[in-house]
Amino acid sequence: MTPSPRLETVAFDSLIVRLFDAIDESHMPWVLAAVDAIRERLGEDALEVVPSYTTVLVQIDIRRLSLGEARARLGEALASLSPRATEDGSLHEIPVWYDASVGPELELIAQRAGITADQVIERHCAHDYSVFALGFAPGYGFMGLVEDTLATPRLKTPRQKVAAGSVGIADRQTAVYPAPSPGGWNLIGRTATRLFDREREGYTLFKPGDRVRFVAIDRATFESQGGDTTPQPPAEESGA
Amino acid sequence: MSLKVERAGPLALVVDGGRQGVRHLGVTQGGAMDWVALGWANWLLGNAPDSPGIEIMVGGLALVAEADVSVALAGADLGATLDGEPLALAEPVTLKRGQRLVFERPKSGLRAYLALPGGIEASAIMGSVTSTVREGLGGLDGFGKPLAQGDVLTPRQDRPSTTDRRLPRRDADSGQRNGDGEPGALVTASDGPLALSLVPGAQIASFSGTSLYRAFNDVWTLDQRADRMGIRLTGPRLEGSMSGMVSEGIPLGAVQVPPDGQPIILMNDRQTIGGYPRLGGLTPLACARLAQCLPCTEVHLVPVSPERARDDHLRQLARWE
Repeated sequence: MTPSPRLETVAFDSLIVRLFDAIDESHMPWVLAAVDAIRERLGEDALEVVPSYTTVLVQIDIRRLSLGEARARLGEALASLSPRATEDGSLHEIPVWYDASVGPELELIAQRAGITADQVIERHCAHDYSVFALGFAPGYGFMGLVEDTLATPRLKTPRQKVAAGSVGIADRQTAVYPAPSPGGWNLIGRTATRLFDREREGYTLFKPGDRVRFVAIDRATFESQGGDTTPQPPAEESGA
Repeated sequence: MSLKVERAGPLALVVDGGRQGVRHLGVTQGGAMDWVALGWANWLLGNAPDSPGIEIMVGGLALVAEADVSVALAGADLGATLDGEPLALAEPVTLKRGQRLVFERPKSGLRAYLALPGGIEASAIMGSVTSTVREGLGGLDGFGKPLAQGDVLTPRQDRPSTTDRRLPRRDADSGQRNGDGEPGALVTASDGPLALSLVPGAQIASFSGTSLYRAFNDVWTLDQRADRMGIRLTGPRLEGSMSGMVSEGIPLGAVQVPPDGQPIILMNDRQTIGGYPRLGGLTPLACARLAQCLPCTEVHLVPVSPERARDDHLRQLARWE
């Protein structure tokens, strides 16, 4: 579906380009096309161009142009979008040790779905996911969509500390925590892959629009990759 | 030409203008919460306004000069003393080797800014030295650690202060009028609720008419829950029609309203994307003033146009030229 972008003021120097109203994987090529068009048209006049599921936030350099000027130029830039080819994004294989000790909600998700933990793993690995947005923490990629049976609401009480590399599910989204942090997603496993590295060119492993495939590995392989097997304490509540 | 940290206090951070061009990677902005005060402190020494300085929250910081060094202060009055004598805040000061600069406790405002000649030496991470503790980026160690006992602050330039600049008084020169919510070089008390300028927008249309009326006419009170990520306001419960919003990028000063109806103003260390409906965004000038407010401070939200907000902003930048 070809979007009709709407421009909304969100701050004295920022506009939201709203392309869609709901999350869908088919939207990403359009969101990325909008990012390209905005960067090309505004150049250094744009300080930040932040894509998310359905929108792009644009912060302009207010010393160089007014919001009204930016609005006009964005209107031109977005007038004739064509979706970016999906094969432009990289495909990342993320090895994951799925285990209840590092993924305490693995069993909960299985119970909710009426399937075994092994089937949860199989189904989580069965699809390539789109990276919709980076946010929450450096390199944290919001991905989806997991199949309906695995969809599980966030924990009512977020954990104070989720281990680095934890793989989680919230509703129909999935993500990996790049660094230890508080978090409310249902944890099902852990990866040794680094998602954020200050020494890496571009800093983050994922970019919006990339594709991600999870691959189940055993404990020995996880350890050989440098994975930390310290168990993740269960959430405060049970069976949320 | 350096200062040694004898005692760090609750939170003292290396800050500058923050990280730019990295929000799409999930990396927050960071930087001086009261960027106007940092600008004035730097201006006193002839530095660029966003040169790295120290943001001292509440006080408790004690520094010893390891050699003669010029410094400048702006922002909150945290009861600074030099070898026990109260320090005048309006002009640069040269510390003699061995002298102690101590920040006792807040007298007016919350965050003081310390500038050194040329800025403070630290390695830039993603284009900024600003310390974001949550992300583990920046600061003296490069990993976001706040100042700690034994740290050494080294100026980028090995020169004494050459300016004879003084901070403007609170009058037309500084653009600051009592209670108008405009940040100044030094924080002074307000007679009544502070007026914070807000550019309406985002999901403002999703709030009820009554809620909007009250948002801009009632007095809001700053909550205890306030940090570099966000500052909560308490007051009338704001209600809207929006639920299950899709997360989107969040600008500085965004006024988001979670389901409890009490707004949170998202500040420098905010998460980069979020999914609560918003009334719009405070101007950066209003954010700077807000950063100096203690819990229980009363504020008004005052709508302004983007054009007016831009004029005010550019006028502030021009004061440092």
